[in-house]
Amino acid sequence: MSYAKAQSKSTLWDWLTTVDHKKIGIMYLVAGAFFFALGGLEAILMRIQLMFPEFTFLPAQTFNELLTMHGTTMIFLAAMPLLFGLMNYIIPLQIGARDVAFPFLNSLGFWLFLFGGILLNISWFVGGAPDAGWTAYVPLSSESPGTGIDYYVLGLQVSGAGTLIGGINFLVTIINMRAPGMSMMRMPLFTWSSFVASILILFAFPALTIGLLLLMLERVFDATYFNVGMGGNVIIWQHLFWIFGHPEVYILILPAFGIFSEVIPTFAKKRLFGYSAMVFATLIIGFLGFMVWAHHMFTVGMGPVANSIFAVATMAIAVPTGIKIFNWLLTLWGGRIRFTTANLFALAFIPSFVMGGVTGVMLATSAANYQFHDTYFVVAHFHYVIIGGVVLGLFAGAYYWWPRIFGYKLDEKLGKIFFWLFLIGFHLTFFVQHFLGLIGMPRRVASYLDGQGLNAMNLISTIGAFLMAVAFIIFVVSIFTSRNNKVTEEDPWGDGRTLEWTIPTPTPEYNFAQTPLVRDVDALWYEKYEGDGKMKAAEPLGDIHMPNGSILPIVISLGLFIASFGFIYHHAGFTWLAVVGLAITFGAMFVRSIKEDHGYHIPVDEITNNKGGE
Amino acid sequence: MADHTIDHNTLPPNPEKATLEGRNKFMGFWFFLGGETVLFASLFGTYLGLRGGTVDGPGPSELFHLPFVFLMTMILLTSSLTSVFAIISMKRGNYKGLLAWMTVTVLLGVAFLGLEIYEFVEYVDHGLGFTTSAFGSAFYTLVGTHGAHVAFGIAWITTLIIRYRKSGLTLTNAPKFYTAVLYWHFIDVVWVFIFSIVYLMGIGG
Amino acid sequence: MKHLWRLLPFTFILLLAGCGKQNLSALDPQGPVSEIQFSLIMLSLYIMIFVIVVVFVIYVLVLIRFRDRPEHTHIPKQVHGNKALEVIWTTIPIVLLLILAVPNVMQTFTLADTEPTDADMVVRVHAHQFWWEFEYPDYDIVAGQEMYIPTNTKIILELEASDVIHSFWVPALAGKQDNVPGIMNPMWIEAPNEGVYMGKCTELCGPAHWQMDFKVIAVDPDTFETWAANMVEGPQDVADTGNELAVEGRAVFEQSCISCHAVAGEGGNPQGGPDLTNFGERIVAAGYLEFNDDNIEAFIRDPQRYKPGNAMQAFPNMSQDEMDALIEYLHTLKVLE
Repeated sequence: MSYAKAQSKSTLWDWLTTVDHKKIGIMYLVAGAFFFALGGLEAILMRIQLMFPEFTFLPAQTFNELLTMHGTTMIFLAAMPLLFGLMNYIIPLQIGARDVAFPFLNSLGFWLFLFGGILLNISWFVGGAPDAGWTAYVPLSSESPGTGIDYYVLGLQVSGAGTLIGGINFLVTIINMRAPGMSMMRMPLFTWSSFVASILILFAFPALTIGLLLLMLERVFDATYFNVGMGGNVIIWQHLFWIFGHPEVYILILPAFGIFSEVIPTFAKKRLFGYSAMVFATLIIGFLGFMVWAHHMFTVGMGPVANSIFAVATMAIAVPTGIKIFNWLLTLWGGRIRFTTANLFALAFIPSFVMGGVTGVMLATSAANYQFHDTYFVVAHFHYVIIGGVVLGLFAGAYYWWPRIFGYKLDEKLGKIFFWLFLIGFHLTFFVQHFLGLIGMPRRVASYLDGQGLNAMNLISTIGAFLMAVAFIIFVVSIFTSRNNKVTEEDPWGDGRTLEWTIPTPTPEYNFAQTPLVRDVDALWYEKYEGDGKMKAAEPLGDIHMPNGSILPIVISLGLFIASFGFIYHHAGFTWLAVVGLAITFGAMFVRSIKEDHGYHIPVDEITNNKGGE
Repeated sequence: MADHTIDHNTLPPNPEKATLEGRNKFMGFWFFLGGETVLFASLFGTYLGLRGGTVDGPGPSELFHLPFVFLMTMILLTSSLTSVFAIISMKRGNYKGLLAWMTVTVLLGVAFLGLEIYEFVEYVDHGLGFTTSAFGSAFYTLVGTHGAHVAFGIAWITTLIIRYRKSGLTLTNAPKFYTAVLYWHFIDVVWVFIFSIVYLMGIGG
Repeated sequence: MKHLWRLLPFTFILLLAGCGKQNLSALDPQGPVSEIQFSLIMLSLYIMIFVIVVVFVIYVLVLIRFRDRPEHTHIPKQVHGNKALEVIWTTIPIVLLLILAVPNVMQTFTLADTEPTDADMVVRVHAHQFWWEFEYPDYDIVAGQEMYIPTNTKIILELEASDVIHSFWVPALAGKQDNVPGIMNPMWIEAPNEGVYMGKCTELCGPAHWQMDFKVIAVDPDTFETWAANMVEGPQDVADTGNELAVEGRAVFEQSCISCHAVAGEGGNPQGGPDLTNFGERIVAAGYLEFNDDNIEAFIRDPQRYKPGNAMQAFPNMSQDEMDALIEYLHTLKVLE
């Protein structure tokens, strides 16, 4: 296909078939934002139900479905895709690459995620959503009537496959596609932390894959792994789930750490303090993240030896995390701190996350954990680390990279209103929940009794949730009202340090007309103050080879989507649908495998024209 | 990049890693196998947790027939060896040799799979179904997942052989053959663990 | 307050439980186990407050001192790092964590000391969707919903579950352990003071999870022995009391209820509901409702409305006479008077 021909296709077809990491990144962001809003709505409904004691706004069954879907949606369909969106768009730019290592697989990963997310949410309309919590502990999940859990299993299986593919793609991209001069120890921290997160994805997700496979076989094909009467064991699920589930929280937080390590130096006009210590701490956190899964299981009866080991291992994670906190503080020390909205989010992260981190150490205290476990104290803790860490990171990253991705700056005035409302709402919602847990409120309760001292704090918590919702609406409004703040310069913040701020805005399809030569950490900053302010090129101008788009990723994903219905309705005689779906998937894979795709070239004139138009 | 059907004399010494795409594929595949390792480790863990859960059904020592499984093991190990010969042929630029050895590998794989199906049928006859007990479920899941991997490998390599039967060795297909062989070695290694942990421990321990 | 409890006769305790002290908070420990846990909570809290204060002080200082001002034009020095600082903020957290980790490991083992001795009492706790069953193997007693224990006695609890995973939590006496199907999990509790302690299920177990409450009732050892003996003996025979209505009620009970609910060892079945031998002395109905005739009747007529997903059969069409008689009979099921 020639370049001109590719241009003439319709916009919709272009987006459906794109293998451009930037477009895929944007699609991740859009889909992730949609699911984030959905998960937020579920949270608001739950908080309304818990506003007053013995309130009857929602039936208990619906509440259980909401709590399950809220957790599952926020983790798998909102936080991860939003991070993937930023990683997809930014990493190739930060390492000076024209694309990712596997553009086709990258697209496949996105469509698998999207179809998996849609599949999961279809359950709402056909007999009820999953109701056993995002952890889906057996036997509650394996014996749950209806098809909700089946949708959970297959939805996550499909989207999980997409995540795994995405992880491998990032790993190879980062290892093989870096521009000349960019050694591993010159990579920006966002790329570094995404790299470690991708390693975690690679080694954590297969455990979930197996867990989900077993749960599916148990429910659909009557296997007996979790059936105690048939010699089964219900704790195996918890191990499999948490061997995945604990690294998962680091998969979420590490890229967010990376975002802060980009935003804070930029707006403090200062190099990241202790770069190598930061990299090392990230690696240690990633490693320890695999060693601590059983701290979610202190009360299942593993015995004091196992509990003690996992308690101490978990506490150890506080050390590298503390190193990071102090390095950020010392980055700010001696800088010139600008309070842009992006930086406000990054700065608010530090105290918020420290508060979430210390309750993590408290929870790691195994003997005391018997009191904390499965209470609102835990709910408060993980919302403090996930909202105070991941979500604040996502907003910081969104404001920071928005001009690079969408070509305009988000309004700073609305941004600051959004920031303060969100931050206050967040602390209002979750701070009191620590105490709710300690004075006797278990988590995942559809209501609570009057007269037990739980009323006032629940009401406060709900008010905080409303504040967060209002704040998010302001953010969405500002996306539309800010569209005239067009950005044309390469480095709209003026203090950009890394390669993504060296290319024209909007970003050309091929990213870099000439691959840049990297001479130090913070390559752009180095050229600004040690060079002439422009990147040196590592190659002469020439035709640029680009991969062709393909519709096959959608076809492959659609096949699995269809096959999932075959499994879900196996007992109703729809197994043939699974055969059809898998045939579509494997057929498309077969086509992909035997059809060689040599891509196309963007001629050098086109590139020089673009350069001239700067 | 568009056209690289090069004759043997001009192919680089390691054609599978000569292009960036080839190197990406090679490295990506190694990572994939890393993930597969965790996948099988999870299945092994599950099996070890449930192998005592036979309830009223038959257990490992009543079912497993070691000489038969040993034969399966030898067939699969041999297929790994023939796939090595295939890669040696590739490095020497002997494309016909590559195809021939790959064909032998596939045939051995088919033989293994046939024996495995026969084995499963035998066990079902002896009263161990998929739903008989937790042990039965875990056993069939672990060994069956491996079998599914073998089946996929057979389909994959067969596709490659047919697709590239006339093309000669190129910078495009060299990485494909190479990764397929890597995959084949991997499922072979997994089988060695299955043989030790499921069968030897099942009879001995 | 604690001393006051000892002075109160048992019936007053029951009376007060409805409106007074909740005995629900982990921050108000009432026994050795919860006290160990409380002291660890406080130790960890103090250490963590110290950490938070240090970070906040540096943070506020930095934000005030180094904010950008219009008159600033300098480019900040691009510092790479500082070895000495790195060592300091690696070492100090390790020391702080050791201060927490050592007592934690010791107490984790203390809390796992569940090997019963002669002086201890064993109670098997069976959790069901959505109620609790307490079996006293030494006494051959099964009780539903409310666990009576003697004060100042180490109670070894053997936790089990019959359907899904539940979790046994009495915050004022001890942190939780899970009731896992197919596995027996031991834990121990001890209550120095008489009192009613609120218990909750803390593992999501279905729609009525939040209503799966229970009580631990600590009484002096003599009262406990009386209670235990009478639980075996059964409540006074209603025929002997001259209460005609209750006698009618017993007939209704024997027709409609006894196949699932045992009284004094008669009736009931493994898939059935809670033992009702001492139902007349319950503090709450159905685990969480105020104990009065209206609630009892409403629950019997439509159990799903009050505990969705529970296994009890509904009796929507029971005649009012029969219902009144049945409730009258249920009130006579007492073992402590």
